[in-house]
This record gives sequence, C-alpha cells and structure tokens, in this order.
Amino acid sequence: MTLPLLEVRGLKTVFHDLAGAWPAVDGVDLLVHPGEILGLVGESGSGKSVTGFSLVQLIDPPGEVVSGDVLFKGEDLRSASEERLRSLRGDRIAMIFQDPLMTLNPVLSIGEQMCEAIQEHRNCSRQDALKEASRALSRVGISSPEARLKQFPHEFSGGMRQRVAIATALLNEPDLIIADEPTTALDVTIQSQILFEVQKLSRETGTAVIWITHDLAVVAELADRVAVMYAGRIVETGTVDDVLDRPRHPYTVGLLGSSAASASPGERLKQINGAAPSISARPSGCPFRPRCERALAVCEQIDPSPQILDGHGYRCHNPVPEGSAL
Amino acid sequence: MSLSKSVAPVVAANADTPLRTKVLRRIRSRPTTRGAVILLGVFVLLAVLAPLIAPQNPHDLASLSVMDNRLEPGSRGMTGITYWLGTDAQGRDMLSAILYGLRTSLLVGLLSSAGALAIGIAAGLFAAQFGGAVDAAIMRVVDFMLGFPSILIALVLLASIGRGVDKVIIAIILVQWAQYARLMRAAALVERRKEYIEAAVNFGLPTPHIMLAHLLPNSVGSVLVVTTINIAGAITLEATLSFLGVGVPVTQPSLGLLIANGFEFLLSGEYWIAAFPGIALVLLIMSLNLVGDRLRRSFNVRT
Amino acid sequence: MTAYILQRLIQSVLVLLAVSIVVFLAVYGIGDPIELLVPPQVSAAERAAMIRRLGLDLPVWQQYLSFLGNALKGDLGRSFVHGVPAAGLILARLPATFELVLLAMSGAALIGVPLGLLAGLNPESRPSRAIMAGTILGFSLPSFWKGMMLVLLFSVALGWLPTAGRGETVSLFGIQTSLLTLDGIRHLILPALNLAIPNMALMVRLVAAGTTEAMTQDYVKYARAKGVRRKRIVGRHVLRNILIPVVTVAGMEFGSLVAFSTITETVFAWPGMGKLLIDSIYHLDRPVVVAYVMLATLLFVAVNFLVDVLYAALDPRVKLTGEMA
Repeated sequence: MTLPLLEVRGLKTVFHDLAGAWPAVDGVDLLVHPGEILGLVGESGSGKSVTGFSLVQLIDPPGEVVSGDVLFKGEDLRSASEERLRSLRGDRIAMIFQDPLMTLNPVLSIGEQMCEAIQEHRNCSRQDALKEASRALSRVGISSPEARLKQFPHEFSGGMRQRVAIATALLNEPDLIIADEPTTALDVTIQSQILFEVQKLSRETGTAVIWITHDLAVVAELADRVAVMYAGRIVETGTVDDVLDRPRHPYTVGLLGSSAASASPGERLKQINGAAPSISARPSGCPFRPRCERALAVCEQIDPSPQILDGHGYRCHNPVPEGSAL
Repeated sequence: MSLSKSVAPVVAANADTPLRTKVLRRIRSRPTTRGAVILLGVFVLLAVLAPLIAPQNPHDLASLSVMDNRLEPGSRGMTGITYWLGTDAQGRDMLSAILYGLRTSLLVGLLSSAGALAIGIAAGLFAAQFGGAVDAAIMRVVDFMLGFPSILIALVLLASIGRGVDKVIIAIILVQWAQYARLMRAAALVERRKEYIEAAVNFGLPTPHIMLAHLLPNSVGSVLVVTTINIAGAITLEATLSFLGVGVPVTQPSLGLLIANGFEFLLSGEYWIAAFPGIALVLLIMSLNLVGDRLRRSFNVRT
Repeated sequence: MTAYILQRLIQSVLVLLAVSIVVFLAVYGIGDPIELLVPPQVSAAERAAMIRRLGLDLPVWQQYLSFLGNALKGDLGRSFVHGVPAAGLILARLPATFELVLLAMSGAALIGVPLGLLAGLNPESRPSRAIMAGTILGFSLPSFWKGMMLVLLFSVALGWLPTAGRGETVSLFGIQTSLLTLDGIRHLILPALNLAIPNMALMVRLVAAGTTEAMTQDYVKYARAKGVRRKRIVGRHVLRNILIPVVTVAGMEFGSLVAFSTITETVFAWPGMGKLLIDSIYHLDRPVVVAYVMLATLLFVAVNFLVDVLYAALDPRVKLTGEMA
C-alpha cells in the first residue's frame, strides 16, 4: 500500500450562533491515496460539503474548524500559515464547486479567471498561461478554446461552465481535486460525459479526487472507494464493491434502497423513515437511532465507535449481517 | 452553497407585540435616537413659544439699537438686556433671531412637507387605482421631476414666481411631491392585489370608497414613515434657498438667511452671527434625520 | 447598437422639448413679460412698437415656436442685465464650473472608493463604523454650511487655503483654467472638496455595501479556492464588480453636481455658471435662467448617454439593444 495522500483524523467543524456551537462535521476520519477517487456520500445537511471546505481550511465565520488533523502529504494543514494554504489551494489541491453559474465571476473573462489560477502559483507570462488554459479547455472537450477564453461566463451553457471549472482545476496538475456536487445541476447525458472525463483524467494524471455527492449511482460509476456520511460523521467506508454490494450500516442500506438505480422497474422506491436530524438537535447515542429499524437499547446510550475489517469500516452496534441486505 | 444554511436562526421577536409598540421601544432603547427625539421636542417648543420667551422681537426694527451691532456673546447692550449669543450687524439679539428663525424654518418645513405629502398621496393613489393611461401620465411626470436635481427645480420656479415664504413652500412642494407619489403608488399597487380589495370591488363598493376607506389607510404607512426625513430635506432646501438669497424675505428671516447674513462676518472673526444659527440648523436637521432613519429602518421602508 | 443609439437620441430630443416647454411657460408664462422687458418710462407708441418687435403680441404657442426656432439656431435670448446673448454668457462661465465639477467627481471617486472598500471589508471594525457615521453627516448637512465650515477651518483658522475666488488662470486652447497654476489649484481645493462631500458619502455607502455583499459571493470563495491572493480578489474580482454601480451612479450624480455647484460657487465666490444662475434669479434676468436650464439639460442628457455606453463596456452581460432601456 502506498503512503496516503490525505489523512484526516477526528475532523470537527462547528458553526457558532448565539445559542452555542453546532457541529456540522463531527469527528470525520478519511484516507485518500494518490490517484484514487473517493466518493463522499450523504444527504443534504450531512456535513459533506462542510467537510470538503474544512479540508482546505476554507471555513468562514460563523463556522470554525475546532479539532482534528488534516495531513496532506504528511503536512498538517490545520497549523499551516494562511500563505502556505493559499499556495496549496488551486495548485496541489483544486476545488470544483457545486454551482458553476455562481462560482465564475460574471464580469471577468474565462481566460482571465483561468490564467489567474496559473499566475498566482508560478511565474508565467500571460501568453503562456493563455496557452495552457486553452490546452486545458480542449482536454475537457471544449472546441475552439482560444475564442472561448475571450468570452464571459454568461456566454457558456451550464455544462460548458462546469467543464471550465474542471479544466481550471486541472491547470496545475494538482495531487487532489475536491469536487462538491459538480454535476448535480446538469442533465444526465452531460453528467455521465463529465464523469467519464474526470475518471479518464484521474487515470492519466494520477490526480486523486474526492467526489462529494448525494447520488449513489454517480459513486458506483466513478469511485474506487466510498465514505457514507450521516449527521456530521462517516458511518460506513470501504471499496465501492464492499459498501454498495455488501453494506453493513442500516443507513447505507436505506440509502441504497431509496436509490433509483437499485430498484427494479415497477417497484416502489423504499424510503428511510423520518428526516436527518438538524444540526442543533442531534439525538443521544447513535444519531441514526431514531430512524433505524435495527436499533437496540444500547444505541440510545452509546455512540458506536468505528469498526474496521479488511478496509471495510462501519459505526453500528447492530450491523446488517453480511450478504443479507439486498 | 449549503454552508451557512445549516446555522439555526435565533428568533427573539414576539409576533404578538403591536408594531407601534415595537418601534417606540426601539426608539427608547437607542440613546442617540432618544436624544434626538428630545431635542426635536425642545426645538418645536422653542419655535412655538418664541414670541413669549425671546428677549426681543427681532422683526420689530424700532426695538433694535443699531449702537448694539455686532456685540460679542454675553455683552450687555444699551437697552440693558444681555445678548447671550451676541448681536448681528443691525444690533439684533441673535438668541431672539434664532428663536424666530427656527419658527420660520419649521413652519416652511412642515407646511411644504404636508403639501407635498397630500399631493403625492393623491397622485400615487390615482395612478395605482386607475392604472393605464392615468398611471402612465402621472408616472411620466413623476419621473421627469425626479430626473432633475431638486435644487434646480426650486431655483427655476423661484426665478419665475419670485421670493417669499409662500413661494418657497410652493417650490419645495413641487420638489418633493413626486417622491411621495412614487412610494404611494408602489405601496397601493401591492395593496390592490390583495383579496379584500378584490372582494370590495366584486361587492360593488364605489371606487372612491375603496380608495379612501381601504386603499389609502392600508398603504399610506410607508409614505408616512419617510416624511420625517423629508421634513429635514425641506428645511435644508429652504435654508439653502434662503442662504442663496432667493428664499424667504429679510423681513421674516429663517435660520438659513441668518447664516447668510453672518457669512461675511465669519471671515473677520465675528463668528457668532453665522455660527449660532448654523448650530441650531445643523442640530435640527441631524435630529430629524436620526429619528427619520430609525423610523425607516424599524419599518423597513426603502426609498 | 444603432437602433439603441437612435432610440436614445429620440428620447433625448423629447426630454429637451419637454424641458423647453415647461421652462418657457414657467419663466415667460407666469408674470407679465412686458413689464419685465419694456422699461416703464417709454411712451405708449414706443411701448407698442417694442411689444410687436419682441413678438409679445402673438399667442403663447407662436411665441414658444419662435423661441424654439431661435434656440435651435443657438440663440437663447439676450440677458436683460448684461445685454449680451444669454447662451454666450453661460458658455463663458462653463469652464470654471466644469473644472470644479470634474475635480469634485474624480475626488469623490478617488477618496470614496478606497474608503468604501475599507468599510466594506471589515464592516464591524471601529474605523468602518466611523466612516459610515461620517457619511451620514456628509449626506445630511446643508452644503452651504459645510462650505462655511471648510472656509472657517482651512482659511480662517489654519490659513492654508484662500477663502474665495478662482485665483490665477491660464489659457489652454482658448479656455481659461485654474488647473494649471499653483494658485489656481489652491483656490480650487476647498470648493471642489465641498462639492464632492455628498458624492463621496454616496460612493462610500455604495462601495461598502457592494464590497460586503461581493465578499460573500461564491465567486470570491472560488477565487480563494484557486489560491488567488487577497489583494487580487479585492482589487480585481470585487472592485471590477463594484465599478459598474459606481460608474452608473457617478454619471447620474453629474447632474446634481452641476446643480449643487450653484451653492458651492456662491459660498466660495467661484465665477461659474451656477453663481451666474443665482445672480440672474436675483436680478430677474429670465433669459439667462432659461438658457441655463436648457444648456444644463443638454449636458445631463449627453452625460447620461455616455454613462449608458460606459455601462455596457463595463458589464459584459449588457448589450446595447433597442429593446432595453
């Protein structure tokens, strides 16, 4: 096994308000190896986006990363200086955001917004930067890239903008890309096209990817490994085959049951009872307990600690017996 | 992004408290606003009581002693009275002049604001009620008026009708009505879409009744809220016009005209002739603005 | 683009026409022009002859048409007081007002935008609160009072700057300007500052609100995620977005700067067209008043048009087409 690219232990991010500090991310452990694609899955409000931003320390007040370690190639990012973080962001760790319409500056040209990602990290003339940007655009399948660079975000369709964002993330050949639901706003054909491209690029360049999504189908198609998030913590993690074919945590089972991909035609989608607890009203013990059909008395008292078996980990007192779920 | 959404909002306001009580409470809770309200009350009181409390009638030239001209604050004059704020070039007691000037300034400010308010409300109400060509015509005029700087409109009008307290009031009404009309129309349009108005129309109630009994009282609030600030604007405009020498006549000087009269002496060090009326004017305008701004924010009216 | 320009031109002409009607009626229609134009001591026959010569016996609409016809030829009437063409009188004073307004406008932007950025980046800090409180004073204090206070402080108390007048001017392409002599600039500073203050306050508020809002936008966060330095985020991403409303408002405020220069010019005895307007109103010199309004309107309309074009150049999302506006 190679040395991990990113190692996260006990990451905790809270949001402050007048009534106190609410944990959005509550003790997350993650491991990402070079060139690997990790799917980070969860419902909205599970803390998966906040986790993504916490990794690069891009949490603004009222949010705050309060504890845990984030080791990137062995370097602790939580104690890194702001300038060190800046030099890593966009260079070694690139991000792709959820909404491509909002994230591109409407009044700056695509060329300028791509070039700055290069020129803020290395000495490079505008000409050379534009050339690199144009290469990156053609890599994600945008035709006549030179002309496109002179255009503005509003002249691009949603899918095109997302390709621009992906191309921008690739510019400095980062070690890690954190992609936060980048295909949610796109229609299915464009989505699978982009997924295919990302997978290909990851194989070609050896870039690791953390793909944040609520969509298990996307994870099944794209990822090597999966981490399932619920109420601010990872409840199950392992290879795609392990987690999706042999889930142990009742929540993962529920997610799989409610996913359209797993249902046979004509069958009704199963739903998980109840709703995810809000950040300020987490139940005692296991946070999934109120919605869990397999809950035991102990679940009310004690928050289960992670169990790891052959790289397949889960947090549950009464896991689903192997091979019986689906 | 889903970052900030996950923070639980803190709700403190009690929905049952009437709005008026809430606003009053908020005014009382802010020391500067409370100070401004008290100061305003004092100003109004002084203006109303000016003839009773002023040491001298500054408009009565016979009672002035030219020998007492340009005396420093605190000097004793020939007639035996003490000029606490000094005298001007005619030997007029500045304290008395300020009290009477305050009267003129407030009178012009209140009357012109009331006039502008009445015309603006009527125009806005008509535009909202009748829509179509009436609305288009009224709003075209409103846009035209608002397209020109207020001071220019007032100056041109005064150029054609001449000077005088009444003329200044007319000029300020002409400047300010359009703003009220726009606000009133916007508020009335929102109100008109509500179901009870529709019900009243379907019920066959006469249009004037709907306008006066339903539309007006329910949409006039936001217009009234900005009135305080517009009174400040009216007083400022009057003072400016009078300072420029095209406003109120010398026989009925306002604070602005008093300041203009003292301006030439300011440079020679006789500061009190312009400075004291100036301080009174600035305090008056600032307190009106403070109270008006607090009112506007409390009711969340955007102009 | 062409359709847009054409539409704007028609609009501008309509505005000018409307203004000419309103002003003509207001200034000539109210009151008795005969009384104003004809000296009282002339004989009845002479009086009748003059009335006929001035066209005052014609119906109002004919008088208006002849006024309009003359105006198109550049003749806006003769000053009663000075006995020279009113338009020429005003145009001679235009450079003085123009340099005042331009200096005030650029000063307001050069001081207001940085202060607004400062206040917008840290809205809760003490200096920001002080700046924002200052803007309230800048808005609400009467302009003439601020001017007097400036004179009192910088001229009377400190003796740094002259109290009034235009100072030494030099001729540049036949236009007198104070901007090229030290004495002229010393005379310009206080009036320009006084004229600039409300505008500056407006800029500060606009930029501060825009900055605070822009800093929370996703594009700023995305730029940070790209590793863009804060200096560039503020100086390029944020400022470029704020520039659009700033330029628009600066253009819209041009008209009020010209109008408010009447006050500043009176306080500082600045020989511009604003001072001329006040003097003309005072002396009932109506042709000059009418000419002033017509020329000022022409100026406003031209500047508004310029701002629209500039707006389209600054915001790539805006295209000048006939349909919008």
